[in-house]
Amino acid sequence: MNWQRLLRHPSLVIGLGAATAFALLGLISLVWTPYPIEQIVVARRFLGPDPAHWLGTDHLGRDMLSLVMSGTLTSFLVAFSALVIGVGIGVPMGLAAAAWGGAVEWLVLRISDVTFAFPSVVIAILIATLAGPGELNAILAIGIFNIPVFARVARGGALAVATQDYVAAGRLAGLGNAAIAARHLLPNIASLIIVQATIQLSLGILAEAGLSYIGLGTQAPATSLGLMLRDSQSLFLIHPWLGIVPGLTIVLIVIALNIAGDGLRDALDPRLRREGLNHGAG
Amino acid sequence: MALVEIDKLNISFDGRAAVSDLSLSIEKGESFGIIGESGSGKSLTALAIAGLLPDNAKVSGSIRFEGAPLPGDERAMARLRGRHFGMVFQEPMTALNPLMKIGEQIGEAAELSQSGADIASLIAEVGLLPDHAGRFPHQLSGGQRQRAMIAMALASAPDLLIADEPTSALDTITQALVLDLIAEICARRGMTLLFISHDMRAVAALCTRIGVMRTGQLVETGETQAVLRAPKAEYTRKLVAASRMERRATDRLHGDPLLEVEQVSREYGQGGFWPWGRTTLRAVDKVSLTIAQGECVALVGPSGCGKTTLARMIVGLDNVSAGQMRLDGQAYRGRDLPPLLRAGLSLVFQDPFSSFDPGMTIGQSLAEPLHLLGNLSSAERATRLHDAIMSVGLDPAMLDRYPHEFSGGQRQRLAIARAMVTRPRLVVLDEPVSALDVSVRGEVLNLLARLQAEHGLTFLIISHDLDMVAAMADRVLVMEAGRIVEEGKPADLFAHPQHALTKALMAAQLPDITETSW
Repeated sequence: MNWQRLLRHPSLVIGLGAATAFALLGLISLVWTPYPIEQIVVARRFLGPDPAHWLGTDHLGRDMLSLVMSGTLTSFLVAFSALVIGVGIGVPMGLAAAAWGGAVEWLVLRISDVTFAFPSVVIAILIATLAGPGELNAILAIGIFNIPVFARVARGGALAVATQDYVAAGRLAGLGNAAIAARHLLPNIASLIIVQATIQLSLGILAEAGLSYIGLGTQAPATSLGLMLRDSQSLFLIHPWLGIVPGLTIVLIVIALNIAGDGLRDALDPRLRREGLNHGAG
Repeated sequence: MALVEIDKLNISFDGRAAVSDLSLSIEKGESFGIIGESGSGKSLTALAIAGLLPDNAKVSGSIRFEGAPLPGDERAMARLRGRHFGMVFQEPMTALNPLMKIGEQIGEAAELSQSGADIASLIAEVGLLPDHAGRFPHQLSGGQRQRAMIAMALASAPDLLIADEPTSALDTITQALVLDLIAEICARRGMTLLFISHDMRAVAALCTRIGVMRTGQLVETGETQAVLRAPKAEYTRKLVAASRMERRATDRLHGDPLLEVEQVSREYGQGGFWPWGRTTLRAVDKVSLTIAQGECVALVGPSGCGKTTLARMIVGLDNVSAGQMRLDGQAYRGRDLPPLLRAGLSLVFQDPFSSFDPGMTIGQSLAEPLHLLGNLSSAERATRLHDAIMSVGLDPAMLDRYPHEFSGGQRQRLAIARAMVTRPRLVVLDEPVSALDVSVRGEVLNLLARLQAEHGLTFLIISHDLDMVAAMADRVLVMEAGRIVEEGKPADLFAHPQHALTKALMAAQLPDITETSW
């Protein structure tokens, strides 16, 4: 992959830059936050932004900037882990469907139909009922939701690649279905998967916020952006600032990731890559 | 006054020149042909005349239509295009709207140009039946779709018909019919024709004047016969020489039968989830044939006759529905071909651009079939690759490079090298040169003939190109609708065709470029 070509897409640079900045902000919270997030100082509650607390403090006197940093980390962590589950299980399923066809393909498609039928909230409620709410359960719920998405994208891309002569050449060379999928199909659909992963990451962050907001995700004393929204809900009319900060953070992260996904698609998609001369040269 | 005058046309993309300093004029009522290979800029020239160049093209120079320069304003250009230009494209399936009936599409073209053309008479003029108007593009054959495209182009009663490779997606018989139709319509309507093709014979048969383009420059123009009989430019001479096929095959002694195909059929189930109500399509119908060691056999037939399906079964990409095949006396039914036997045959694909994985180096792709031979030492692997790439006349240093760095001709040589790497005895060639430019076809065929002589190879060539078949094959099999209908030595078969299909194929052969009388 040629970096200079990637840098020619401004939306990619802006989106990826902003998303990386948020992710770094979250990572810093692992080693340092302006104030410990568990520190409750009721005397300093409801402070507006000031030099000591850049984003003010909440109803328990906790530093909002520290909460946002830590919450961003949780959101990224949950969404990314769910992504790993989705890619790790969904992509092999989709490749298997394309390479074997027949009964395997039927099975994969029916499994993804069934999984699609249950939104992540329903899965999360199920898991929360069985195992209690928590970050891990949010990861599982969003991850299960991601599996059929990647299975379908991988199958669709692989079916298009499988009609190419080099796949037939591989079969002539005695490669089995698994070897065809690993050597020829996977490398040629990697760009599709990367683009879809960016989109699923932003959806995962939204889903995590949603699950935490209804109390099925992250639990106090840990924090996440959705949990901050939930805490601010009852105070919103008196202290709107407490809701605006985490809400705006979610919006910015999701927009950044979506822009990055658009830019990646422009940069990687072979149909758009043939620019200039190839349009009309004959 | 000339209908189209182009003066010093330059077209470039990102500073790379695609057409440079092109000047030509097309008289009213004449048919002008542009010959050129892929990337020569011939299609861009046509698009420039129609004002349809992509937005990122930089254009300089002037194009005049009926003495007036082309309007810069897009609306005025569209009006001019609608009233005076008709265009026919290469691939009618993508040029027609799949959701509109043929009649509606022709009607739309007539309405936009306000020519008041009668749809029924247009449909009759291009040789379609009246009930074709109510069909969708996918319900028509390739030739019928191209006829529908021509009717759309005629709907505006244009002064200039631009046909960009209108027949290269069609098989030989349909090609001849469509070319005749275009010639007839132009003569009847007194319409000017700009015909663009890489096929010298088609251009020679249709055009009174031609221009030869190479890498964006017009190397030669003149009367068709003058240019083709006595080409002045070096490049034209090379093209004319390349379009003649000399016989390369020599009479060889043939050994024992290598491949025997016994009563092989292949059926496809069509339509319907439920087992009842399904119809079966028989693509290959009880075909039997034998190929002897060292022989070169050609299988010819129109598109859809089942020749590619048969080839896929022989090389083990597909299973037979009934019957069996024997390679060297060992029976197999398709995919169950054992690895060591699989190493004894290989396939060269038609399209050199899709036959290499873009993410793998040439060396990795070439080494893939070596799996079949079990564990080879790395030294043995390296020698095999080295030998294979040397045998097709390329440099071993190319093994570390990627497919996109090579031209079509080089890629086809590399594909042949991949077929040679296991040192097979039978090589199946599926249209080995039809995707290549004329000037490199000859080289690839020479290479194949040399490899056959050096290694005692047996070839099975699948093709619809009778010239190539006559040049290469010892024996020809003619296939129609899944059956082999005629067989013989190329000289006898083409001199005295017996079956109706063979006769039709022969009749559809375009005359040799210098034999056309005008």
